[in-house]
Amino acid sequence: MSWFNREEKNIKTQTTEKKETPDGLWYQCPSCKYVMTTREHKVNHSVCSSCGHHERISAADYFAVLFDDNTFTELDANMSSGDPLTFTDSKAYPKRIVATQANTGLKDALRTAHGKMNGIEITVSCMDFSFIGGSMGSVVGEKIARGIDNAIKMQTPFIMISRSGGARMQEAGYSLMQMAKTSARLALLAEAKLPYISLMTDPTTGGVSASYAMLGDFNVAEPNALIGFAGPRVIRETIGKDLPKGFQTSEYLLDHGFLDFIVKRTEVKTKFTQLLSMLKP
Amino acid sequence: MLLDFEQPIADFESKLNSFKELNAKNLENQAIQQAINTFEQELIKLKKETFENLTRWQRVQLSRHPERPYTLDYLENICEEFIEIHGDRNFADDPAMIGGFGTIEGQTVMFIGQQKGRNTKQRQYRNFGMANPEGYRKALRLMKMAEKFDKPVVCLIDTPGAFPGIEAEERGQAEAIARNIRDMFMLKVPVICIIIGEGASGGALGIAIGDKVLMLENTWYSVISPESCSSILWRSWEYKEQAAQALKPTAKDMLGFGLIDGIIPEPLGGAHTNPKETFDTVKKVIIDELTKLSAASPQERILNRIEKFGKMGVFVE
Repeated sequence: MSWFNREEKNIKTQTTEKKETPDGLWYQCPSCKYVMTTREHKVNHSVCSSCGHHERISAADYFAVLFDDNTFTELDANMSSGDPLTFTDSKAYPKRIVATQANTGLKDALRTAHGKMNGIEITVSCMDFSFIGGSMGSVVGEKIARGIDNAIKMQTPFIMISRSGGARMQEAGYSLMQMAKTSARLALLAEAKLPYISLMTDPTTGGVSASYAMLGDFNVAEPNALIGFAGPRVIRETIGKDLPKGFQTSEYLLDHGFLDFIVKRTEVKTKFTQLLSMLKP
Repeated sequence: MLLDFEQPIADFESKLNSFKELNAKNLENQAIQQAINTFEQELIKLKKETFENLTRWQRVQLSRHPERPYTLDYLENICEEFIEIHGDRNFADDPAMIGGFGTIEGQTVMFIGQQKGRNTKQRQYRNFGMANPEGYRKALRLMKMAEKFDKPVVCLIDTPGAFPGIEAEERGQAEAIARNIRDMFMLKVPVICIIIGEGASGGALGIAIGDKVLMLENTWYSVISPESCSSILWRSWEYKEQAAQALKPTAKDMLGFGLIDGIIPEPLGGAHTNPKETFDTVKKVIIDELTKLSAASPQERILNRIEKFGKMGVFVE
């Protein structure tokens, strides 16, 4: 026997009179649980207005952060991966690529564009984590190389936004050599005396950090991003010890002298503009 | 120590040896001598069959053979003189990465390479050939010194990877490797890189940007070790053989992809079965390649180096 009895059965409100909250009106910060409207979150470039948590965003979103009126010209937009090793793990690599392309609407893990940032002509390559963990294979390497070529040709600064777990295993040796290819082009960019800003975002590890991401004239990062050579799991397994608190965060790297500064996404455009203006010949 | 596919050969060899002993006692018995001759031919056939048909995983095992020659073995045997140079001038000396000036047929060369240990104590001291940031920084310091004195650089690569530890991260492992890769492209002197054992990922590439990148026949070079690849893609260490097949990391594979410039043949049975022959071959290759490379101007070499790596990659547009 229950304590309370319902007097009338069923819900009496008509479906037409039901008050609905539209999907996606609210955003709850995964870090501090603060609730804000998705509009507010978007206007804030996907940064939590309470704790400053930086949500991972796409290359398209980053282009909107940097380029004036979100106007830019994309380069090599149709470049797509080959399958030089006929690599198969749980899935054949070409199938994985096609499925990921369909899911994400992206061709690969990086987009390059040039346009104006507060009137300054810039070339930007930005990684997309949603495409196989932002992994670097031939397409990523080649697009960065061509992005740098474009910067040299048009005499613009080059901005690289990294967000990647590292090299793409499915292209094995080819992926490894993208570290060499991109670093070689950066050497040419340096010879041309054009500024290179490397912006590291969460996460930047493995072959990406051990090549172009760490080669900036300015190595900068978003707050609290995971940045390192080896991933935390690998290190923990190797040394058999727990890792110190805050290990491999942006702040940790700044403390140890490997970052020039940390910049909030909401201030990136202003700060980069200031910096590049000071470097104008 | 014997690998499983070396066992049948070793058994055969011990049989042959007992026949030879018998022959010595019986003073040139013709029947025994004949048997020995047949056995010797059979042995060569067996060796050829085994070593020409090794799976990729078996080659990985050979590359890690505990008796395989390491960097210092090469230097001791191919240099007339060698002076080791220590330290990165910043933090420490890394015993996992060694270097120094040596002479080879009278010519001074800067040698750099990862060093593994032979026994437990040495292995710990050499950190299993896994360099820390100070190792990569020492390597770059030595390369720039070679450039200053206009001496060529030869890098011998043999590493299971750059060390993944707390201190390595603290001191910027990623930055150290990245800087080496970029700066090696601009070295004005000839650079030859030879994979003599394991070529694991960024840890190898950090000293492997060269005008000529060569691999010994039974070595591997890839973005990840078969074991780690197995643990990530198959979520278990058990699939290392499949991972080795999938990664295609052998010298033959890498040459086929155009990701290296050549293969240095090893004695039948692997470098460890006849180290002297291996040293002689490597020495000859170094001398020949240096002669060829010094014919070009520094500018030509740098441009060719950049262009060569720039072509690596497969994509569709």
